[in-house]
Amino acid sequence: MNLAYRDVRHNLGRFIVTCMGLSLLLGVVLSMIGIYRGLIADALDLVQTMDAEVWVVEKGTRGPFAESSRIPIDTREAIARIHGVNSTGAVTFQSIETQNGKSKLRLYAIGYEPGQLGGPKIITSGRGLTGRNYEAVADSRTKLRLGDHIQLGRNNFSIVGTTDNAASSGGEPAIYLSLNDAQRLQFDLSPSATRRERARGTITASSTETVSAVIAQVSENASPDHIASMIRRWKHLSAMTSDEQSNILIESVVEKARKQIGMFTGILIVVSAVIIALIIHTMTMDKIREIATLKLIGAPDRIIAGLIIQQSLAMGMIGFGLGAMFILSIKDYFPKRLVLQPMDGLGLAGVVVIICLVASLFGVYTALKVDPAKALAG
Amino acid sequence: MPMEKPPLISIKDLSKHFGEGETRVDALRNISLDIFPEQVIGLSGPSGSGKSTLLNIIGCIQEPNSGRQQLDGEVVYDGRWLRSDLRKLRLEKIGFIFQAHNLMPFLTAIDNVAIVLDLAGINAGTARQRAAELLDYLEVGNRANSYPASLSGGEAQRVAIARALANKPRIILADEPTAALDSGRAGIVMDLLRKVAVDQQAAVVVVTHDEKIYGRLDHISHLRDGVLDQAP
Repeated sequence: MNLAYRDVRHNLGRFIVTCMGLSLLLGVVLSMIGIYRGLIADALDLVQTMDAEVWVVEKGTRGPFAESSRIPIDTREAIARIHGVNSTGAVTFQSIETQNGKSKLRLYAIGYEPGQLGGPKIITSGRGLTGRNYEAVADSRTKLRLGDHIQLGRNNFSIVGTTDNAASSGGEPAIYLSLNDAQRLQFDLSPSATRRERARGTITASSTETVSAVIAQVSENASPDHIASMIRRWKHLSAMTSDEQSNILIESVVEKARKQIGMFTGILIVVSAVIIALIIHTMTMDKIREIATLKLIGAPDRIIAGLIIQQSLAMGMIGFGLGAMFILSIKDYFPKRLVLQPMDGLGLAGVVVIICLVASLFGVYTALKVDPAKALAG
Repeated sequence: MPMEKPPLISIKDLSKHFGEGETRVDALRNISLDIFPEQVIGLSGPSGSGKSTLLNIIGCIQEPNSGRQQLDGEVVYDGRWLRSDLRKLRLEKIGFIFQAHNLMPFLTAIDNVAIVLDLAGINAGTARQRAAELLDYLEVGNRANSYPASLSGGEAQRVAIARALANKPRIILADEPTAALDSGRAGIVMDLLRKVAVDQQAAVVVVTHDEKIYGRLDHISHLRDGVLDQAP
């Protein structure tokens, strides 16, 4: 006779409410893990989307994401001529805020030369950029659709294609523009400001002929490390491989947010453990008389321990299952990306099992200390 | 005559105290008694007189400090416990009936009885069949699938008696089994215990303050300050 099952079945309502409460807590833990993973994925997505093996940036900077970087646009041609470099691209990056209908929309504008490296990895609908002015390819998270028009700076852009998984390390969805359009967006001043700057004599043609970085792919026989070290010997440029760029993003750009979320997740797990222990202790205390009676009529300790441990594990697993289902059903409504990996889910399930087992040991200890004479007390 | 058979409960010079030195309290002093099959014996006395302690010792729940105790022909205590598996001993030899029935609230009446058989290793089908027979014997078979919360006080006490009898114990210890019942139902419960004592050749010890049932007992012993007068 499974006493744990009978007790749960008899107090089903209370058990389900307890599991639901626990599921919300475990759901929050799971969502924090998802936010943590999402933060890292967002940070790395752009590097991976760019398909670059070597990043060339301004000397003395760790750009273009960790620090701002400006290098002349003709650097791309110089890099392209290096033996072992297959393809190159000049790219610019800029955070912008615009209006989409009645709502504000923050975007990460990426400028690249159509036909060169730096464009969207996949086109999920429509087409890529062809070099015409005022066209854009938007990430699906912008909610922009094919044929939509959007005002960026002083110009109106038409959405000709959409892509996926392109966002800044801050989670702003990307919009791809041609390099010329991106530079205009970055450097063009309003007419009155232009007149003022022209009168001051500070407008130069070269200011719009810079880019944030030049990216390169190398041939199969060449090593990205070797090409990067070669470029670093040029006095005015800095270069890093894709892995180094990824490390900079994780260790510099999202480091504090990553640690913050990691610590918060740890605290949440500790809080969950304490709450599970308290619930199990309360469940045990509620059954003290029944436990005393069981001992009095001759039930061995394993039956009493089984009652507590089985209920504890059932509560933990059902709570985790409900929490996981809840978070999976709402994850797309989070403002920033939640990345839930099967191993994270399994890992948390394992942690919940361990917490439940450890917490139930306290309950078992309490139960085994119960004096059977308590059953005789009036 | 029941006394022609060996006693089911035999206690010699049994003592129990709590604390030491100035705080020492003698709960039981040199208690000796023999209870035979078919006997229904009452224990009474004021609060703190040692009734519960004596019941706990007979039920192998509390350890005495000295003396000798024999249950169903087996010496279980002689200056120390002679068995390590006292819970198993209780399961095999002793049935307990409580003042507040102490049924498992999450088990139906039939499962409350069957659990004792289940603990004794009897298979589920046989256990339920035996439990159903016991409930019928105690005239609560019609409430077999009811939970304790929906049983009346008398019905719950009969289910508790059925549970106490499930393993056919030869020693039944009842702690104020009629305290929560009116005189009519108290009489029925005492008649049931008498029937069980005769049918199962069992010894029944009833701790009670209920003078209405004194007439249904073979003997009533009084405890005062740990001393038993008029031992059976």
